[in-house]
Amino acid sequence: MGAVVALSTLLDAQQVWRGRAAPIPVGEQPTGWAELDAALPAGGWPAASLSEILLPADGVGELRLVLPTLARLTQGARTVVIVAPPYLPCVAGWQQQGVDMRRVDIVTAGDNDVAWAMEQCLRSGSCAAVLAWPRQADDRTLRRLQVAADHGQALAFAFRDRKHLPHASPAALRLELEAAPRAQVWVRKCRGGSVPAQPVPLGRALH
Amino acid sequence: MLWACIVLPHLALDGVLRRRPDAGPLVLVDGPVNARSIVSANREAREAGLHVGQRLSAAQALLTRFDALPYDREAVDRWHRFLAAVAYRYSSEVSLLPHAIVLEVSRSMGLFGPWPRLEAMLRADLAALGFRHRITAAPTPHAAYVLAGVSDGQAVLTPDTLRRALQGVPIGKSRLPAAATEALPGMGIRTLGQLLGLPRDGLRRRFGVELLAALDRLTGELPAGLDAYRPPDVFDLRIELMHEVENIASLVFPLRRITGDLAAYLAGRDGGVQRFVLRLEHRDGKVTEVPVGLLTPEREPGMLFELARGRLDQVQLPEPVLAMRLIARDLPPFVPGGRDLFDERPANALPIEQLRERLRARLGDRAVHQLDSTTDPRPERAQAVAGQSPCGSGFSRDAFAFTNPKSPIPNPGSKASRLKPLPQQPLPQSDEPRPTWLLDRPIPLRGTAPRILSGPERLETGWWDGGEVCRDYYVVETSLGQHAWAFCAPGEQAGWMLQGWFA
Repeated sequence: MGAVVALSTLLDAQQVWRGRAAPIPVGEQPTGWAELDAALPAGGWPAASLSEILLPADGVGELRLVLPTLARLTQGARTVVIVAPPYLPCVAGWQQQGVDMRRVDIVTAGDNDVAWAMEQCLRSGSCAAVLAWPRQADDRTLRRLQVAADHGQALAFAFRDRKHLPHASPAALRLELEAAPRAQVWVRKCRGGSVPAQPVPLGRALH
Repeated sequence: MLWACIVLPHLALDGVLRRRPDAGPLVLVDGPVNARSIVSANREAREAGLHVGQRLSAAQALLTRFDALPYDREAVDRWHRFLAAVAYRYSSEVSLLPHAIVLEVSRSMGLFGPWPRLEAMLRADLAALGFRHRITAAPTPHAAYVLAGVSDGQAVLTPDTLRRALQGVPIGKSRLPAAATEALPGMGIRTLGQLLGLPRDGLRRRFGVELLAALDRLTGELPAGLDAYRPPDVFDLRIELMHEVENIASLVFPLRRITGDLAAYLAGRDGGVQRFVLRLEHRDGKVTEVPVGLLTPEREPGMLFELARGRLDQVQLPEPVLAMRLIARDLPPFVPGGRDLFDERPANALPIEQLRERLRARLGDRAVHQLDSTTDPRPERAQAVAGQSPCGSGFSRDAFAFTNPKSPIPNPGSKASRLKPLPQQPLPQSDEPRPTWLLDRPIPLRGTAPRILSGPERLETGWWDGGEVCRDYYVVETSLGQHAWAFCAPGEQAGWMLQGWFA
């Protein structure tokens, strides 16, 4: 205990490990929902990854969740592809949310082709985001989509029924939407961070 | 002036080898039935001792197993013209000579670079198409043709050096009128150099003016007098298969060839193809037609192949296929798509047009579309499939207009499909709430009575075409928490009909 060692020399010699969290890439793909961005480890959607959104029913705010992102991407002249939507996207409603419909391609596909079409779009690299409503998607399919999203540097959104929640999923992010009694989003899985314990409320102003 | 000459010494054999693997001895035979003789032989046949000019019976005595196919003059002519169409890419002045193509390249070199580079491009094209060739260049087409007969790769770039290059050409290879080439060697005139040194008057007296005219055309004193080749406006190529093909997978090889030829032809024409028909020919004149339609003119061989293959994969063959034919009539100008310098997409990204074509090839022609708003306030008709693609060069705007994606789509490009014009810019947005999902047609809203969130908004319109509606629209919340866009008869708040979801 005789010699006094200056702290700076120890640090400069890099003999001391300093505990520090890995830097989080901040907000490359913000969701447009400030509270959700704050809850997610990537500060938004995980870039070039698959996000799975689980729904109790259609029409509970699943599009409101992604429309700010789609508006940002289409206004940046990037193409967004919608694969096998359960209903027709309403042009007036989407435009009210700021989406440039000239950048939105809609692909109709049979149940067996949804995953194929989604993978092609993701892999092509020319789509900024691909939204799909796969009815038949097993673990392997989702893994392929995740790889394709990474390959094509695109955002992939798979909208599925809530009953798939108990099954493990390779998606980088899993969100569960709740509509009643209150509209809120549960983060069920997020890569690169711990799952928030509290749901994120989802405002449902009409326009 | 600088003329390039491409001599195709094995045109017939190369044409045959394109549609079958080069395995085993193969000869082409021609002549009367009882005296067939070999007109062309592949390497293996030559190594076995067969040679051109040999009687077929003599060849059969030499070799027990070899393939003999009839020499098909029509096919040779077709390949000849096809290669002229390919060469047309490099020059607007292309002419056909027996077993050769000549093209004027002095003006093309400004675009394609100096002669060695242009020559390399020509050779690469021909090699890719599978045709053996000899290429020379000279200031006159006839001189280039003569030089190509004696050598490969010779380039005489200036008129001054032409006479020297022609000096050593034997009379037998000079492609002069037959009477002269037979008689001159007997007189001790064995090369073109000797012939060109002779007094003209004497030559004219002995051989007539044709020889002098031919010599003058050779040296450029007289114009070449060739008919200019014009590429046809329709691409029509047929490949006869070597045996009956029963499954689609075996058609992939000829398909790759035929679409590659189409691409080469389109490059020569500097055009694209918008639609073409693959005609699979069966026995007894029966055919299966596979139409391939594209959103924008294309000419990239890999893409044409992939799209045609996608369409072909969906075909059920009723009978074995004997031949494949590709007919392309719709050949609009090709406009390469522009790309943004500051493009955010990955460098190896597939262009969006190609992605659309790939999806359409598997999912059907109507599978990919965009939506645009119309001026009609009725929700069912407020939007339509748009003909606008992001870069503006995609779907033509008036080609695809219809109100419901499940209704039959008009044939793209047909004039009859013009419906109402769609607005170029998004319309001013309504202040009233609009949902994000729209139902094809309204359905009764089941379940307990919904809670009204906002409304009513009355829509009373459509009187002009018999589809009159008078509805009160409300935003309602269902017991599941869904927000719905529903309507009921004016003044009532019952009998809810669901029009859309605020998803």
